[in-house]
Amino acid sequence: MTESLNLSSGSVVIVGASLAGLNAAEALRRAGFEGQITLLGEEPHLPYDRPPLSKQVLAGDWEPERTALSDAEELAADSIDIRLGEKAAALDLVSRRLTLENGETLDFDGLVIATGARCRTLTGTENLAGVHVLRSLDDCLALRADFEASPQRVVVVGAGFIGAEVAATARGRGLQVTMVEALANPLSRVLGDEMGSVCAEMHRDHGVDLRTGVGVDAVVGTDRVQSVVLSDGSSVDADVVVVGIGVIPNTEWLHGSGLTLDDGVVCDATCSAAPGVVAAGDVARWPNELFGEMMRVEHWDNAAAQGTHAARRLLDESVEPFAPVPWFWSDQYDRKIQLAGRVRPDDEIQVVTGSLQERRFAAIYGRAGRITGVLGFNRPRHVMRYRALIAQQASFEEALAAEF
Amino acid sequence: MRIVVDFDLCESNAVCMEIAPDIFEVRDDDFLYILNETPDEADRARVQECVRRCPKQAISIAED
Ligand SMILES: Cc1cc2nc3c(=O)[nH]c(=O)nc-3n(C[C@H](O)[C@H](O)[C@H](O)COP(=O)(O)OP(=O)(O)OC[C@H]3O[C@@H](n4cnc5c(N)ncnc54)[C@H](O)[C@@H]3O)c2cc1C
Ligand code: SF4
Repeated sequence: MTESLNLSSGSVVIVGASLAGLNAAEALRRAGFEGQITLLGEEPHLPYDRPPLSKQVLAGDWEPERTALSDAEELAADSIDIRLGEKAAALDLVSRRLTLENGETLDFDGLVIATGARCRTLTGTENLAGVHVLRSLDDCLALRADFEASPQRVVVVGAGFIGAEVAATARGRGLQVTMVEALANPLSRVLGDEMGSVCAEMHRDHGVDLRTGVGVDAVVGTDRVQSVVLSDGSSVDADVVVVGIGVIPNTEWLHGSGLTLDDGVVCDATCSAAPGVVAAGDVARWPNELFGEMMRVEHWDNAAAQGTHAARRLLDESVEPFAPVPWFWSDQYDRKIQLAGRVRPDDEIQVVTGSLQERRFAAIYGRAGRITGVLGFNRPRHVMRYRALIAQQASFEEALAAEF
Repeated sequence: MRIVVDFDLCESNAVCMEIAPDIFEVRDDDFLYILNETPDEADRARVQECVRRCPKQAISIAED
């Protein structure tokens, strides 16, 4: 038996009706697959885009409809059978059968796992009104409603990209914001301390009360949150708390399936997790041959590209390895921050254009003589140029000498 | 084939430029410029790739 699917028959089930899953479905059709495609999604919504949830939608500038990635007509035109509000609960690889939470079963020839990730929460806050995470459209609308109720103070726990965007959007709405970060500087574990401090200053200049090097000891309140107690003993009054402390890949439904799970669904270099089973997006971990390391990437561009790649892999086992340069953007205040590559905080860092003071610059990262990444503040063109150099595995010296 | 960019949506992140630098260019002023609005049929696949990869869904192809 060959591993690849027949183009004219067979059925593919895609679990997760979001960015990676939708891209996989569309890519199957583009590649000429004529069999059945079922796109299964736990959320009640048609596929939508998440980045605006911490930006335009949360700001109140966009209505949720604008985040749509597709609509019923488009899906019907591609004969993609979308089933919303249905959750996959178990996978049997031997009989090639999925069991849904409602007990129904679905047989497949090919399976795409695109179940993404969900937010970590602070234990003990589950039933406290005013405490939010931000992953889904419903999360966003609940938080937006709390923002619209003119809270006295918003406390953001975690100054990662999502937390930072929420803080920026809340300030844009004129709300008082305290942001709490356990590290010495926001994102310093990714970007290093120098660039982390650029982020810190940006938030402070925009009026955020940024507390670094402290954790959260307790979230206090009976029905609704009243305050947050920090590890330095101080207490901050809050009527809205947003927890942005990272995500957990949604793999629980795959326990016992025989697939290798290790902070994500472990795949080979081509996104294959088992014969006829591929994974893509925030849930997938795979060896990126360009960097020679296992990675799981939580970025928009990756979910779209990997969804496409995984679909091609289902149809053709000789497809090339998936080896992109990870890239993402984050909009905070009037800055567009972009990071491409795979950087570590102890990499060598060199500003190649602009200045940190203006917060308009590009800086390249290097390790072992090679360029590993590029960080841009309002420098999209440079980020993309250096991204190409990273893809070419250019030396740090070559990258320093390049002029764009 | 004619390229249409919705500049209200475009946020100049230069993804399209990376795919097709001969057609799209983000300049130092941080604006996107379309270098060739009516590329050859031979470029269709690349332009379609730009349409799909644009994070803002700002690019479309008009057939006129
Ligand atoms: C608020 C926010 C802002 C962001 N901003 C940016 C940004 O500016 N730039 C950037 O590059 N990236 C950004 N991202 C990240 C980007 O949105 C994600 O990388 C992308 O959504 C990942 O897509 P995915 O399809 O892999 O997973 P997801 O989008 O997480 O989708 C997975 C889907 O699977 C469903 N599902 C889970 N389990 C099951 C099951 N058992 N059965 C059926 N369905 C299931 C889920 O309900 C979900 O709908 C942001 C993310 C968020 C949340
Ligand atoms: S990829 Fe889209 S958003 Fe980015 S520069 Fe091109 S058109 Fe604009």
